[in-house]
Amino acid sequence: MNNPQLNKEGKLTHLLSIEGLSASILREILDTAESFVGVAEREVKKVPLLRGKTVCNLFFENSTRTRTTFEIAAKRLSADVITLNVGTSSQSKGETILDTVDNLIAMHADMFVVRHSQSGAAHFIARHVQENIHVINAGDGRHAHPTQGLLDVFTIRHYKPEMHNLRVAVVGDLLHSRVARSEIHALTTLGVPEVRVIAPKTLLPEHVEKLGVRVFHDMAEGLKDVDVVMMLRLQNERMNGALLPSAQEYFKCYGLTQEKLALARPDAIVMHPGPMNRGVEIDSAVADGNQSVILPQVTYGIAIRMAVMSILAGN
Amino acid sequence: MKIHIKNGRLIDPKNGIDAKQDLFIAAGRVVGVGRAPVDFQANQTIDAEKLVVCPGLVDLSARLREPGFEYKATLESELQAAAAGGVTSLACPPDTDPVLDEPGLVEMLKHRAKLLNLAHVYPLGALTRQLQGKNLTEMCELAEAGCVGFSQADAPLTDTQVLWNAMQYAATFDFTVWLRPEDAYLVKGGVAHNGEVAARLGLQGIPASTETIAIATILRLMKETGAKVHLCRLSTAEGVEMVRQAKQQGLAVSCDVAATHVHLTEHDIGYFDSHCHLRPPLRSQRDKEALRSGLADATIDAICSDHTPVDDDAKLATFAESEAGASGLELLLPLTLKWALEGKVGLSMALERITSAPAAVMGINTGHLSVGTVADICVFDADAYYQVAAKNLKSQGKNTPFLGMELAGKVRYTLVAGQVVYQGD
Repeated sequence: MNNPQLNKEGKLTHLLSIEGLSASILREILDTAESFVGVAEREVKKVPLLRGKTVCNLFFENSTRTRTTFEIAAKRLSADVITLNVGTSSQSKGETILDTVDNLIAMHADMFVVRHSQSGAAHFIARHVQENIHVINAGDGRHAHPTQGLLDVFTIRHYKPEMHNLRVAVVGDLLHSRVARSEIHALTTLGVPEVRVIAPKTLLPEHVEKLGVRVFHDMAEGLKDVDVVMMLRLQNERMNGALLPSAQEYFKCYGLTQEKLALARPDAIVMHPGPMNRGVEIDSAVADGNQSVILPQVTYGIAIRMAVMSILAGN
Repeated sequence: MKIHIKNGRLIDPKNGIDAKQDLFIAAGRVVGVGRAPVDFQANQTIDAEKLVVCPGLVDLSARLREPGFEYKATLESELQAAAAGGVTSLACPPDTDPVLDEPGLVEMLKHRAKLLNLAHVYPLGALTRQLQGKNLTEMCELAEAGCVGFSQADAPLTDTQVLWNAMQYAATFDFTVWLRPEDAYLVKGGVAHNGEVAARLGLQGIPASTETIAIATILRLMKETGAKVHLCRLSTAEGVEMVRQAKQQGLAVSCDVAATHVHLTEHDIGYFDSHCHLRPPLRSQRDKEALRSGLADATIDAICSDHTPVDDDAKLATFAESEAGASGLELLLPLTLKWALEGKVGLSMALERITSAPAAVMGINTGHLSVGTVADICVFDADAYYQVAAKNLKSQGKNTPFLGMELAGKVRYTLVAGQVVYQGD
């Protein structure tokens, strides 16, 4: 089966998921991002790599952080950027995804940044577009959110350069999390020897261990001696229902507090993809504490997205 | 019209024949096997040298999409597909629009099929009105109109009291109830087997217990009501084992598997291939192996095409949003032959799964070539390879996961009631 993310020369042409990408491609993205971190600190925060290109942010699902950072990233690369919140326009008029995409191609879009509530939506669009058009998955259903996974490993690499010697714990709703899947693939591909997942059984997909992770249901046990704690967002609609009895009980068992964090290594860092539910999955004291790298994650997100866009446009 | 089919390898599983024998047909019936009746003068001779001559295939599930879904397929296009696939008798599920819950609709369907004269169509009546799982249909009237069994198709029957009553009522008249075992709650929202692939792709999973819980309920109710049940589309290893044990206990249960599930697993979904969006879902390698052993030891009575033509637009969507189902009438024979080859199963035994065994499930006198029976015949070349291509499919549904795959087994002639309805090259 052809890897839908690579072109005939084996180079990255779409970024749809971390799975299926080699460590060298991931490192190329991370290293390129490194060179973009400095751009934000310059007086003129722009480089001309995407000048004359049109980037289309196609958001079938709401997002603030991801959409904004993609927009900033594209603008810093000097691209023309259009952002469409399709959920509130065409789709509600009954237009299909492909019709929307075709219309934008007719307007000469060069790159699509896609977010959609269905797993596989970015693959679906990538299969449809011509060879010279690039698709970046900005989150599809429960499947993947590759730029988030990349910015997370970028952040980890920044604080813990010796990745082959790390213990990382991913905590929370893995069942519904595209972020977790991308993080896990990125970590295992880059040689992190131990990735743990910590969650109640109702929030873990069946056969999650096949992703190459160690499974824990007890948070104290799972956090012991880890170098990195990656918290996941718990969606409001999952808090009271058939999967979890209440937000309070969830916080009691799986919320990250200072006491629980003390079980990790003393220099452990704490991450969260945002937006956070303070007091549900993470205590404010931890979120704002000195082990938290949650805001640097956002900053690096721009560099990562610049790196991905410039690499795709170059290939 | 008198036809002489000569020099072929005649395989008639029910009569235990697998030998080079000629077949003689007159007035729509088989009149001689191996030896011509006296004074037989053929109007047409078919040379079946190097070809297999067997009973026309019997398919336990083919959606013809009429009435109501003519934009997906028509009776004519799908019966032409049947003829091209060597299928001469087929059962069609009642999930049309309107639902086959009234004798008039069944009569009309049978009548229209008869006019086309391409295959014998045996409708399954709806088990409950509108398939809503609440009120029973007029089973006696429907049976008189031509229904060979009663089914809920893919519609859920959550109310076990209604199921109990439906089975009691069907048992009164010795009708067979056809059920696809699926727990309506566990399947909710699911689109793929809850295995490794669903975990990776972020697709909502359907656990094996969705099937086994339903089978347990049905088997239990069979014991209490004495109803005959045909279980449609088994997909799990545990399900096969439950049926195996039930059969050993002497329960009047039969079952089938879709040809897709004999060959594909969850891994074939690859990168969200909507052609592999099927109901029940494609499961693990272990399940596939169990389905194959179930076929080999006759726990599973029949392989069916589960033919479900879907229009291109309905497949052109994300995996979960695409319509489930695969087109299959024209692939039933090659996929059965592929299983025979890979599973080292004799050709006669493999053909039994798509001829006499499904005919027995439907309770119709076909699927064999005894002298005196209606001459429904398939003549095929077991060694001819071809590539499955959308443009070559007669069915209006080009939706099959096997597109581009090389398969062996080309139908050369299909005869229905002694008339050649398809001739292939």
